[in-house]
Amino acid sequence: MSDTNTAAADNSGPAITISAMHKWYGDFHVLKDINLTVERGERIVVCGPSGSGKSTMIRCINRLEEHQKGSINVSGIELTNDLKNIDTIRREVGMVFQHFNLFPHLTVLQNCTLAPIWVRKMPKAEAEEIAMKYLERVKIPEQAQKFPGQLSGGQQQRVAIARSLCMNPEIMLFDEPTSALDPEMIKEVLDVMVDLAKEGMTMLVVTHEMGFAKQVADRVIFMDGGEIIEQNEPNEFFDNPQSDRTKLFLSQILGHS
Amino acid sequence: MSKAFVRTEFHPDLPPPASERGVVGWLRHNLFSTWYNSLATLVIFYLAYLAIPPIIDWTLISAVWEANDYKECKAAGSGACWGMIDKRFNLFMYGFYKAEHFWRPNLTLIIFIVAMLPVLFDKLPGKNICAPFLILGYPAVALALIRGPIEMSSFQSPIGIAVWVALFAGSVFMGHRGAKTANAVMSGIGYTAAYFILFIVFASWGLGLEPTETDTYGGLLLTLILAGVGIAVALPLGILLALGRRASSMPIIQMLCIGFIEIIRSVPLISVLFMAQFMLPLFMPEGMKFDNVMRALVGFSLFAAAYMAEVVRGGLQAIPKGQFEAADSLGLNFYLNMRLIVLPQALKIVIPGIVSTFIGLFKDTSLVSIIGLADLLLVAKQSYTDANWLGLEHTAYVYIAVIYFCICFSMSRYSMYLERKLHTGHKR
Ligand SMILES: Nc1ncnc2c1ncn2[C@@H]1O[C@H](COP(=O)(O)OP(=O)(O)O)[C@@H](O)[C@H]1O
Ligand SMILES: [Mg+2]
Repeated sequence: MSDTNTAAADNSGPAITISAMHKWYGDFHVLKDINLTVERGERIVVCGPSGSGKSTMIRCINRLEEHQKGSINVSGIELTNDLKNIDTIRREVGMVFQHFNLFPHLTVLQNCTLAPIWVRKMPKAEAEEIAMKYLERVKIPEQAQKFPGQLSGGQQQRVAIARSLCMNPEIMLFDEPTSALDPEMIKEVLDVMVDLAKEGMTMLVVTHEMGFAKQVADRVIFMDGGEIIEQNEPNEFFDNPQSDRTKLFLSQILGHS
Repeated sequence: MSKAFVRTEFHPDLPPPASERGVVGWLRHNLFSTWYNSLATLVIFYLAYLAIPPIIDWTLISAVWEANDYKECKAAGSGACWGMIDKRFNLFMYGFYKAEHFWRPNLTLIIFIVAMLPVLFDKLPGKNICAPFLILGYPAVALALIRGPIEMSSFQSPIGIAVWVALFAGSVFMGHRGAKTANAVMSGIGYTAAYFILFIVFASWGLGLEPTETDTYGGLLLTLILAGVGIAVALPLGILLALGRRASSMPIIQMLCIGFIEIIRSVPLISVLFMAQFMLPLFMPEGMKFDNVMRALVGFSLFAAAYMAEVVRGGLQAIPKGQFEAADSLGLNFYLNMRLIVLPQALKIVIPGIVSTFIGLFKDTSLVSIIGLADLLLVAKQSYTDANWLGLEHTAYVYIAVIYFCICFSMSRYSMYLERKLHTGHKR
């Protein structure tokens, strides 16, 4: 832990370093001894049964949840109770949620420009220009003036991705971005994520889309009961799982799809 | 015939059948759709036939429009005695406010309406100037116009002035410091304090007008002052209380807010008014004049704020946790999150509740007649107990009922307009 109060991001080391991290909800030990290093540009897929702590783990990375033991280091900044560090880290880290969490009272464009204008203090015109650029990248520039409630689920999730990208983050966290979508919309969101991966974004993705994992992931992490059980590069992971719990899990999800 | 079926042509869109359209369609649909609906329609028409002609007769045909006392009224017709309203119009509107000063409340109201129009209706320009003016400038202007200068003993001595100047400089410095260090609470408190000091200075200057006596205020003027100040204080204070009540990270503030809200809500308004009447002077520094109207205003605003806080809290609770998380993950701090994400949504949800509270507040002003303030209700009562106008209570009460109705009904209609305007997309 550094005693200097500098909150400047360091872009040379690993993107995320989690070591010996534990978390409790009351008496419930939800995360146990998590150790994980994410290199810059690395794409990691996290999977595991429901309730295994996947969301909790990635939400600790941008301090939506607080860990109680161990350390989390994002872009060289240690996550402590120092509000300044938390704010800096949140500007470095974008997050996409299962239920999109768009702001329903703002238009798509306003959703995208809000944080750049108010947090990055960017002039409105510039923020709008950048927002339109990202809306084009997620292929919905024509929806810019609509409200989120007027869009389909897949479109909303793409707006949510664009909204995060507008803050120009170093790292993107995805928490089951396609689980709330109808099957025909899953692909449009995954396509955007694949593009993002190709551009070299550091990504930590909680998903059960095994096709996506095989296509873009550098590493797949399997969690169960609050622990990281197994991690491997995707082909090895799917073809040759080591742990019994991984085998059981894979047989369950692959059996269905 | 095989079971397979393929549609080869698209069906065109047709207009609905004639029985669903036009006046006949509307009548069939809404008034005579079933036998019991038809029966209800006929009964209601019959009741209307019984009630409406006498009402028209009383208010218009048999009404007396000019009279000098109740005897002339009784002699001239059996209906309403609008002559009394005409003769006592100024009392109904201003109470005993001096006639030479009538222009001051009138101007206050006109400024309010003119500044409010662009805020209420999007089509008009100037919202960016009018809204800040209404919030920051207008209260001081209204106070100065209606009340005139308020004497402050501390502005008369050099030491007093020095203390005020020091306080002002300190507040501005604190606000500036807070803004620079991104400490929203600190800058908020600093700038708010500075604003209130400016407000007090302005109030003591009072635009250089002649002071008026608050115990002359009455009628609609007093009712509007009570309701206006009550509303203006209750909404911001209620929002702060509601936020404080949910601030689980600051348990002392949370407890104070809960205590305040629950105590105020558990006692009748009239007892709050009595308390304000008798207890407030005990807490006030010496030399600060605190008249009846002011005391009523304090009691009234605090009471309304407690109710408003609960209404707003309902809206806050309806905001899904995901909204807070999305805002957090984008790096918005608490203050920005509240201002840009949470409050706009929460307040929109509770517009009907807020307006109901406003309407309730407006009508509750009539309770101040119990502590001896001559609001619209008491003025009405005084008029039919006046020796010249004995026994005209119907006229007096119908008249003020119409005034109350017009104001409350417009608030209610505006709230519906606002809800429609703010509605964005489908509810899911
Ligand atoms: N706020 C909370 N309070 C208490 N328990 C929680 C809370 N959030 C999640 N949990 C519990 O923590 C465990 C892990 O949850 P989560 O990280 O959401 O799992 P996953 O995302 O893998 O489905 C679950 O058993 C869940 O019930
Ligand atoms: Mg989850």
